[in-house]
Amino acid sequence: MGVLQDYETRKQETEMSFVKLATSTFAIAAVAAGAAAARDQVQVAGSSTVLPYASIVAEAFGENFDFPTPVVESGGSSAGLKRFCEGVGENTIDVANASRKIKDSEVEACAANGVTDIIEVQIGYDGIVFASDINGNTFEFTPTDWYKALSDKVVVDGEVVANPYTTWDQVNPAFPAQPIQAFVPGTKHGTREVFEEKVILAGCEESGDFEAFKAANGDDKKAAEKACIALRTDGKSVDIDGDYTETLARIESNADGIGVFGLAFYENNTDKLQVATMSGVTPSTESISTGEYPVSRPLFFYVKKAHIGVIPGLKEYAEFFVSDEIAGPDGPLADYGLVADPELAKTQGVVADEVVMGGAS
Amino acid sequence: MTDMTSDTPHVHGTLLQADARTRKRNAAETRFKFYGILAIAVGLLMLAILLFNIVSRGTGAFTQTFVTLDVALLEDKLDKSGNRDIEEMKKVSTFGYAPLLKAAMTDMVEKTGMEGQISAGDMADILSKGAPAQLRDYVLANPDKVGQQVSFNFLASSRVDGYMKGRVSRDSIANDKSISAEQLDFVDKLIAQGILTKKFNLSFITGADASDARPEAAGMGVAMLGSFFMMLVVLVLALPIGVAASIYLEEFAPKNWITDIIEVNISNLAAVPSIVFGILGLAVFINYMHLPTSAPLVGGLVLTLMTLPTIIISTRASLKAVPPSIRDAALGVGASKMQSVFHHVLPLAAPGILTGTIIGLAQALGETAPLLLIGMVGFIASNAPDGIASGLLAPNSAMPAQIYEWAKRADPAFYERAWGGIIILLVFLLAMNTIAVILRRRFERRW
Repeated sequence: MGVLQDYETRKQETEMSFVKLATSTFAIAAVAAGAAAARDQVQVAGSSTVLPYASIVAEAFGENFDFPTPVVESGGSSAGLKRFCEGVGENTIDVANASRKIKDSEVEACAANGVTDIIEVQIGYDGIVFASDINGNTFEFTPTDWYKALSDKVVVDGEVVANPYTTWDQVNPAFPAQPIQAFVPGTKHGTREVFEEKVILAGCEESGDFEAFKAANGDDKKAAEKACIALRTDGKSVDIDGDYTETLARIESNADGIGVFGLAFYENNTDKLQVATMSGVTPSTESISTGEYPVSRPLFFYVKKAHIGVIPGLKEYAEFFVSDEIAGPDGPLADYGLVADPELAKTQGVVADEVVMGGAS
Repeated sequence: MTDMTSDTPHVHGTLLQADARTRKRNAAETRFKFYGILAIAVGLLMLAILLFNIVSRGTGAFTQTFVTLDVALLEDKLDKSGNRDIEEMKKVSTFGYAPLLKAAMTDMVEKTGMEGQISAGDMADILSKGAPAQLRDYVLANPDKVGQQVSFNFLASSRVDGYMKGRVSRDSIANDKSISAEQLDFVDKLIAQGILTKKFNLSFITGADASDARPEAAGMGVAMLGSFFMMLVVLVLALPIGVAASIYLEEFAPKNWITDIIEVNISNLAAVPSIVFGILGLAVFINYMHLPTSAPLVGGLVLTLMTLPTIIISTRASLKAVPPSIRDAALGVGASKMQSVFHHVLPLAAPGILTGTIIGLAQALGETAPLLLIGMVGFIASNAPDGIASGLLAPNSAMPAQIYEWAKRADPAFYERAWGGIIILLVFLLAMNTIAVILRRRFERRW
C-alpha cells in the first residue's frame, strides 16, 4: 500500500510539474513573440581598438544621463560596418566603431540596404607601437628595418630575392644579433593596414626597393605596392588574429619576439614591455598628436542618422563622446591612451548639425 | 602435447612456489596496476595544478583596496539654486564631482598632519575613476545630505590595488604614466594611517562590468543574472521537449527505419560543435525571427538546441533502466499505455532524467562559443535587469563570455578578475554537479 501511495503522489507531482512547464513554455513563446518591441539603449559594435574608448564613454554616459548604458560589442571594424550596413531599424546597430575610414564599397553596400545618411565622427588618433620583452634588447627602428626584416621579397644587389635575413643585425648592423621574430596583427585587423602602409610600404619606398619592384613589375605601381607589403611566410613573421593580449603572451614565452601593439595597450603593460622608437621618436600621446611619431591612424565611429530620434539617447551619446570633457586632451579617453584630435571643435559641429557623409545633409 | 606422460615429468609447482609463467603473469598484472595508478596520479596532478593556478591567481579578485574619505558635499558645487531639485542637480555631471574629491584629499592630508608633497590632483588619482560617479549617485539618492560632510568608502585605482596585492612595484611602474613613485609613497602613508585598506569585495560578485578605465569596479553580478536567465530558458524549453521526445521514442514509437534515423541523428546532434549552434542562432533567431541581439532569450534558445540531445539521451537511458515488469504489471491491472508510462515508468526514471538535465545545464552554463556570434561578448553587462521580461530581452552577457572579455582587456587588473570569474563559474558548476550526484544517489532505484 505504501508503495502505491508513493506512486500516487509522485504521479500527481509529475502531472503538476508538467502543467507548470507547459504553461511556462507558452509564456516564453509569448514573450518571444513580443520581442521585436522597442529598444531603449544604443547599440554599438565594431573595432576592438575603439572598444575600450567606447566602453569608457558608454559607462560615463550611463552614469550621467537617464538613458541606459549603451551596449558596445567588438568584433573588428569590418564586421561592425557590415552589421551597420544591414539596414535601418531597431534590429540593426546604431553606431559602428572603426579604426579606419569607411570604404566606398561599404558605403555602397549601406546604400543598397537603405542606409544612406551616415554621420562620420573622428574621435582622435591611435598610435601603433613596436614593443619587446622588457628584459631584452632595446631597438631604434626605422620603417626600412621593418620592411627588410619582414617583407617576403627584398632587393639585394639590384635583384629581387626571397628575404634572406634571419637576424636583426643582418638587417641593420646597428642591431644586436637577435633572431627576427615578429608578431603582427592578422589581416582582419584595421591595425594591419596601417602597419603595412605606414611601416612596410614606407620602408620599401625609403630603401629604394620600391623602384626595383616597379621595374620588375613592368612599371605597375599597384603591383609594386603589393610586392612590398607581402610579408614573409617562413615563420619569422607571425600573424596574430586575436587581441593584443595574445601578442603579449607570445612575447612573454619568446623573449626574442617583437610585437605590434596599440599605444594604450603598451601603456597599461609597461612592466612587461619596452617600446622601440620609430625614426628616432618615442611614441607617446604628445609625439603622436604633433605628428612626429609616424605610425598613427585616426579612429572613427559612424552614426546612422535615420536612428536619431528613434533610439533614445543616440544623439546625446554621440555628442557626449566628442565633448571636450570626454575626448579633449584632459579627458578620460586621453588618460587611457587616445590622442586627442586637435580639430575636435569641428567634429562637435558635425555631430551637433548631423552632417552626413557626401555633403548632402 | 601428446607425450604428456612421457619420461620428462611435468613438474607441477606447488601453490606456494610460483612457476615462471605465473610469475610473468603476476608481474604483468602488477605493471598494469602501476600504470593505472600512474595514470590516475597524472590526472590528479593536472587537476591540482589547475586548481592551484586558478585559486592562487583568482582569489585576489575577491579583495579590493578601499580608501575611506570624508567628503564635504558643497552646496555651491552640487546644487547652485539650493532648492534640492533633483532634475536640476542631475545637470552636474560626474566631472563636476571630481573637484570635491580633490578637496577631500587635501582636507584629509591637513587633518592627519601628513606632509603632502604631491598635488591634489595626483592624490585624487589614487582613487578609482568611478569615485565621482559613486559620489553623484549618493547625492542624487540623498539630496538632503548636500552641505554636510559624509564619509565614503571609495575604491582605489587598479594600480594602487595592484600595489597592495604585490602585482605592482616601484620597479614595475618605472615607465608607467598612470602612477608615480611619489603617489606610492603617499599610498604608504595612507596605509600607515589606516585610511587605505584591503577588504573583501562583495561588488565583484554582485556588481556590473566596468570599462577599461576602471577595472577595479568590474563585477560579475549582471553577467551572472544573464547566465541565470539563459539557464531558465534552457530548463523551461529543453526539459519538456526533451522528455516528451524521449518518452515517445522509447515507449510509443514503432521500431522502424524512420525512428532509427531519428535516433542516429539525435546522437549526431550531441556531437555537433557548439559554435555551429551559434551560427544557427544568428541566422534563425536574430536575422530571420528578428529577436534582439545580445539577449539572454536568444542565448537560451541556442543553448537549448545544444542541451536537447544530452537530455534526450540521458532520459532514454533512464527510461530503459526501468524494468519491463513494471510496465507489464501496470498493463496487467488494466492501465492504459499512457497511464503505465506516466504513473509508473516516468516517476521511477525521474532521478535519472533530472541528473541528465542538470549535467546538460552545467554544460550549457560553461559554454562561450555560441554566445560570441549572437553578440553577448563586449561591454554589455552594465545594466542590471529589473524584471523577468528585461532579464530575457535586455542585452546581457553570461559568465563565461564575461571571463573571455576580461581576459582580452589591456589592464592586468582585468586578468586577475578573469581568474576570479573562473572561480565563481567553477563554484556554480561544482554545485550543480553535486546536486546531480546527490539526486542519483538518493533517489535512483536499482533493480
